[in-house]
Amino acid sequence: MDPGLQNELSKRGIFTTTWQELLRFGYNWGRKNSLWPLNFGLACCAIEMIAASMARFDIARFGAEVFRPSPRQADLMIVAGTVTKKMAPLVVRLYNQMPEPKYVIAMGACAISGGPFKQGYNVLKGIDRFLPVDVHIPGCPPRPEALLHGLITLQKLIEAQEIHGPNKPRHLQETAPNEYPIPRYGRFDLDPPKNPEVWPGRPLPRGENK
Amino acid sequence: MSKPLDFDAAEQLAMATGDVEPEQLDHDAPVSLPPPGPRYEAVPRAASPAIPEPEGELLEVSVGPHHPSTHGVFRMNVVLDGEKIVQLKPVFGYLHRNHEKLGEQTTYLGNMPYTDRLDYFCSLSNNWAYALAVEKLAGLKVPERAEYIRVITAELTRLVNHSSLVGFLLHDMGTMGTPLMYAFREREKILDAFEALTGARMMCNYHRFGGCRVDLPPGWLDQVRTIVDNFPRFIDEMERLLSENEVLIARTHGVGVLPPELAVNAGVTGPSLRASGINYDLRKVDRYGIYDRFQFRVPLGEKGDVYDRYMMRILEMRESVKILQQALRDIPEGPVIDPKVRLRNFTPPVGEAYGRIEAPKGELGFYLISDGSKKPYRYRIRPPSFINLTVLEDMCRGHTLADAVIILGAVDIVLGEVDR
Repeated sequence: MDPGLQNELSKRGIFTTTWQELLRFGYNWGRKNSLWPLNFGLACCAIEMIAASMARFDIARFGAEVFRPSPRQADLMIVAGTVTKKMAPLVVRLYNQMPEPKYVIAMGACAISGGPFKQGYNVLKGIDRFLPVDVHIPGCPPRPEALLHGLITLQKLIEAQEIHGPNKPRHLQETAPNEYPIPRYGRFDLDPPKNPEVWPGRPLPRGENK
Repeated sequence: MSKPLDFDAAEQLAMATGDVEPEQLDHDAPVSLPPPGPRYEAVPRAASPAIPEPEGELLEVSVGPHHPSTHGVFRMNVVLDGEKIVQLKPVFGYLHRNHEKLGEQTTYLGNMPYTDRLDYFCSLSNNWAYALAVEKLAGLKVPERAEYIRVITAELTRLVNHSSLVGFLLHDMGTMGTPLMYAFREREKILDAFEALTGARMMCNYHRFGGCRVDLPPGWLDQVRTIVDNFPRFIDEMERLLSENEVLIARTHGVGVLPPELAVNAGVTGPSLRASGINYDLRKVDRYGIYDRFQFRVPLGEKGDVYDRYMMRILEMRESVKILQQALRDIPEGPVIDPKVRLRNFTPPVGEAYGRIEAPKGELGFYLISDGSKKPYRYRIRPPSFINLTVLEDMCRGHTLADAVIILGAVDIVLGEVDR
């Protein structure tokens, strides 16, 4: 429909839309307001995640209070805490077990980049080396309000998703993967140390200088 | 201002050498461990007790690391005969964040924020234990006001930890939400006070060698006074709700009994040890800081089961409130840090020191070796919950898997401290 005509009609109190637009709105509205997070705490940030679900901050206002213990029933993985190299394969496996559509929030400095433990030998330097992260929440640990803000950001992302055409999200594309390869806890490091599909990295500047 | 308690030196000596009749001991007097007698003989533990003949097939289940009730990323491999546990093997290391190795690469001051993240419920107690170790190493004196602030923050931390623990324990038993909600309501009030004082809710990073980082903000003491005065109401509420609750008693009485001999031999400390009836509290034994100035009692359990461990937490919260009321009444004016302490480029003399405090979970110690440089040569943490966890198999054997969950919950572990 012509946008000018639609605008004209809306000024006269007549709401017009297309079936596709209505379907998109309803589909996204339903999904964004009932995100069920995985009940999965790794470290300190998990306590703030629990605090966010308690009475004072009340994550239920945003429809995300149903923490599910099983990944089969969850839509959203909040990676709350330090991901060690021993834990990383299990985090990826839990992600693979979640049904589509699924989203990942990296909560806290450790989940984003390794945080204060980045120099350590046993800490993964960010979960986005293995999983496609939708929202990063900085902080050590982020306040519950920050987690709520991250959740609202994710809801806005979901709201803007198309269900047709080339811009449709990953879970509606037939060729896009819904599982990611699980790294192995190797002798010295994770094997492979990153997933090049989600973490392309950049070429070392050393090679360019020569 | 109340006068510090004056202890008779001869009486202290008699206590320490055990020349005192047991009935003369009252809880307010300084105590020490009884001399090793028949009750505390070291009994070697069998390496792997023989598995009794099962009725059917044995089943091995791996519980964790993703499990809603294991308080983080803890895994136990359980061998089950029907529903009864025959063997239990804990598997650690899912949150090993190399604290000790990082501690050797960081300056003494730079290690302070890392101690926050050990036991992330009680960051201020961890700060204190580390500051105490460094102060012993360098021979620093702490101003009077700073000592009082340390006691106040540490006891508030104990309230946070114990109230949350009771909530989580009940959550493990299936009370989805209610006690945890009440506990977190009180926790938020205390965290507001921490935020006003230190700028952070959880990772406070407040204590320094030779004192505290900054003085109290105006009105802070009144804020804490309000929290402390209202806290007994919360404990009463919890007790009315829980202590005589039929379901709680049915789930916890006689479950996970820890005999006192085993508790002493395994090095268990904190409320778990006192639930087994052993009078050992570092606040009374070491009397670090200024704990000798306060009147409080050490609650002791009788049976050492999960109910006693739950009750220990409730009673200790009441004692903490008493300590807080005395400390808030007596806190003097003055500096909060020794102005001669140079925190940047802090270099203690060559030597070694072990500083320990009674953290909410037990004895938390830091062992430091200095080679005269700006970084510790060795930085070792003695975490209470890791050592309390070593008796998990002995407590769980013969109980059902559902009981193992609450036994683990009553041990009060935090994985940041267990795996380090």
